[in-house]
Amino acid sequence: MRVAVVTFPGSNCDYDLYQAVKQVGGNPEFRWHRDRDLDGIDAVMLSGGFSYGDYLRAGAIARFSPIMEDVVSFAASGGPVVGICNGFQILCEAGLLPGALIRNESLRFQSEDCRMRVERTDTPFTSAYSPGQVIRVPLAHAEGNYRADEETLAHLEGENLVLFRYVDAHGEATSDSNPNGSTANIAGIVNESGNVMGMMPHPERAMEALLGSEDGVPLFESLVASLAAGAGAGR
Amino acid sequence: MTTYRLEIRVTPRPGILDPQGKAIHHALHSLGWSDVDDVRVGKAIHLELEADSEEAARAEATAMCEKLLANPVTENFEIDRVETGTTEAG
Repeated sequence: MRVAVVTFPGSNCDYDLYQAVKQVGGNPEFRWHRDRDLDGIDAVMLSGGFSYGDYLRAGAIARFSPIMEDVVSFAASGGPVVGICNGFQILCEAGLLPGALIRNESLRFQSEDCRMRVERTDTPFTSAYSPGQVIRVPLAHAEGNYRADEETLAHLEGENLVLFRYVDAHGEATSDSNPNGSTANIAGIVNESGNVMGMMPHPERAMEALLGSEDGVPLFESLVASLAAGAGAGR
Repeated sequence: MTTYRLEIRVTPRPGILDPQGKAIHHALHSLGWSDVDDVRVGKAIHLELEADSEEAARAEATAMCEKLLANPVTENFEIDRVETGTTEAG
């Protein structure tokens, strides 16, 4: 399964993503943001970091990188696209996901472990989790405060498009368990067709028990399994 | 062609939480300006561009705001000031 890991100038989680894909048996390939070749690629991942120094707004300039045109058509044709942290910000700026990520309520760069509840397991990104499972994954960002207008939020909740929510140890979405002030404790969302996903926390940094958590592993396993199933079905 | 200097103001939309504005609001209160009711922080972008008319310059700047300079989900923009600059010789 060929997974393109996109590197923008200022990306810094691309090697972690590459390694995570490899660990679960996928075949990762780096793509520089000027490379426009997604032929034969099965999934695209946009990594975290500080593309273009976060100038203007996080993700605002990266969304106009040459490869983004291909990512948009890849997503339109149903290909799975994942954006993590800065990748999520880029997907929102590109209009592939609704809403926007603004400055953390604390005004601080938050770097810590968070707990998230898996809200859906019927997506290519979460099928290896159990419904309502609470996972522990690191996060590191200054602009992770998810915002959208009321209509969009109602739509997200109504259509069950919130994929991950910040919760406490009991699985409750409290304000204390919300690291950045995001609306409705939203940590990650998926689009309506279920093939584009963005999240602020870093599952690719939770791949080894020795390093604190392996709760990110099922996310990558889900993706690779769904690609294998798709290939088997002749997609 | 004339050179126009434009100031574009990008501000958080009403109702959108502005953590920076909130922090400054608190700071002003603790410095004794307790009469401050609200603070919002935005950014000013100064552009210099060549255009046939002020109208054309404004239209171009509006397109830039819609595409890149402001995020319609969280920000409003205003083209605040337009001045005619001096075109440099050569």
